Amino acid sequence: MAAESLEIAKQTAIAAKYIGAGIACFGMAGAALALGNLFGQFLAGALRNPSAADGQRGTLLLGFALTEALGIFSLLIALLLLFAV
Amino acid sequence: MAAGHEGHSPIHQFEINTLIPFKVFGVDASFTNSSLYMVVALTLISFFLISAMRRGALVPGRIQSMAELTYTFVADTVRENVGEEGIKFFPLVFSLFIFVLVLNVLGMIPIPGVTFTVTSHIAVTAALAMLVIGIVIGYGLYAHGLGFFKIFVPSGVPGWLLPVLVPIEVISFISRPISLSVRLFANMLAGHIALKIFASFVGTLLAAGVWAILSPLPLALTVALTALEVLVAVLQAYVFAVLTCIYLNDAVHGAH
Repeated sequence: MAAESLEIAKQTAIAAKYIGAGIACFGMAGAALALGNLFGQFLAGALRNPSAADGQRGTLLLGFALTEALGIFSLLIALLLLFAV
Repeated sequence: MAAGHEGHSPIHQFEINTLIPFKVFGVDASFTNSSLYMVVALTLISFFLISAMRRGALVPGRIQSMAELTYTFVADTVRENVGEEGIKFFPLVFSLFIFVLVLNVLGMIPIPGVTFTVTSHIAVTAALAMLVIGIVIGYGLYAHGLGFFKIFVPSGVPGWLLPVLVPIEVISFISRPISLSVRLFANMLAGHIALKIFASFVGTLLAAGVWAILSPLPLALTVALTALEVLVAVLQAYVFAVLTCIYLNDAVHGAH
């Protein structure tokens, strides 16, 4: 009986691991919204004033990398749950 | 990128293999494939910079102008973010930028069974981040004495808010090395795992009978992802350098 309940607990833990990995991926939705906002706002500004757009391309890429990293953080949690836990 | 249908898990590529085992005072300091990649990176960087600047011509050739472009690019970044006083930190920022850049890009070159990305290990990126934060704290204390800690006290804030704001500032300062190291390491790790997973779809589909006609789709996606990863590899090296400059700015200028 004890061995059976231990087995159930193990299976539950594995199921919880996969559910947790799935939930962790929801964090990437925030990064997706942010990236859309970032490029959309840049495009809106660049179309209003195309001559100033070239100077801000570096800032755009910096913002892209910083924003994308936050989405990667939640993907990292999912990957840790899948492969390391 | 080898398709992962030999039963390899996507994280097999991050395994550290000992090449020449030895110990220093009981601590494992073996020469690993990680060390080998770092040595290769250092050799490439030294060879590139020395061969580019050996002639030192007034009108630069191709290699020399590449080296000069890299130099002015980093120097402009330092000047923009730290100011003219920060130019004494240029050697540090340049070394960090080019070291991380070459390691990231070397990790993108697929060599079956050998390819290894040094910056996909938190131990490496955390060491680099701790070096940066150590220099920021050390130089800040050297330049401003105890006045350096005024950066934790935001100016123009009513006094009753300070007990709330100062702990927040301290926590954000402490989390800087963590976010600096995790940003680089997580980007490299997640990117390479994603590449491997999409590459393994090609192998799975090829083995699935009729469905093999769909196998070019994940292959095309892998190619697109590789392009994105090269962009990310360069961008993350740049972000690391820019954030180093922003943190150094606190040490050089202190509280405003």
